[in-house]
Amino acid sequence: MTTQPIVERLAEGALPREAAPRALVVSLLGPLTSLAGVVWAIVQPYRVTLLHPHGEAFWSLVIEPPVLVIVAAALFHLFVARPLVHDLEERE
Amino acid sequence: MQPLAEQIHWLFATGFLLLGLFLLAEAVVGEEVWRRRPWRRYLWPSFAFLLGILMWPVMVFFTSSTIHMLAHGAWAQAMMLAGAAELGLARGKLRNALWRLATPFAFAVSGLAFLLHEQNPWFFQRSAFLHHLIGWTALIGSSFALARAWRPRWLPANTAFALLFVAIAVMLYADRDTAAIFGHLDPLAGSPQR
Repeated sequence: MTTQPIVERLAEGALPREAAPRALVVSLLGPLTSLAGVVWAIVQPYRVTLLHPHGEAFWSLVIEPPVLVIVAAALFHLFVARPLVHDLEERE
Repeated sequence: MQPLAEQIHWLFATGFLLLGLFLLAEAVVGEEVWRRRPWRRYLWPSFAFLLGILMWPVMVFFTSSTIHMLAHGAWAQAMMLAGAAELGLARGKLRNALWRLATPFAFAVSGLAFLLHEQNPWFFQRSAFLHHLIGWTALIGSSFALARAWRPRWLPANTAFALLFVAIAVMLYADRDTAAIFGHLDPLAGSPQR
């Protein structure tokens, strides 16, 4: 039994040495930004008014900075970073 | 029903964060890959233009002083000019390379507007400190935008330009209407928030 076909298939799927770090950086931008939002929410929980609402106005419940960071990062990752990594792979 | 000034700053911070992420991704992959999908070449210029449009309601509804209104109006025009010029360049409708100077110009105008409309000193309270800091950041940052206009494919200039948006986003997120800055809060500023 040999592992050669599997190794070959893995090698076909792998990005060239130049593209791999760039794809990694792009695919990490969103998750790292999102993580920053999560850490912010943990460090300053009072910034997330939804966690302890008591009579806040509409805007105070909608505009919550750590949540905005997480949502922006998620949107960027889904709609920009992923297609970009795909294009980077195709080009190489 | 009108949102607080700090909440508007946080919304714009989100816009600046997204702009920073777009530009950072473009700097990492390079112009050729970034432009593989036609919509992507218009992404950051149209977003900047949209932020400029959204500054107009801010100018209309947040009229705490004439100088605030003038500053908000100047940002609206500067952002729309930069966005429109970059859109024209991306589309190929604008061919003269001098149009690239619209973005550094917008940063210089924004920086000056920030500095001129903040009448309180640095340590009056947090928002005063951030206005001074953002003003100087935008002014110094206009040199990054200038470097990018001079050499559009130069990675350090593109990266610095992208990080400039991220830095401004962080500063805008840190804004509170009334809060201490490094333990300083002028009694005239009012009762503090966290």
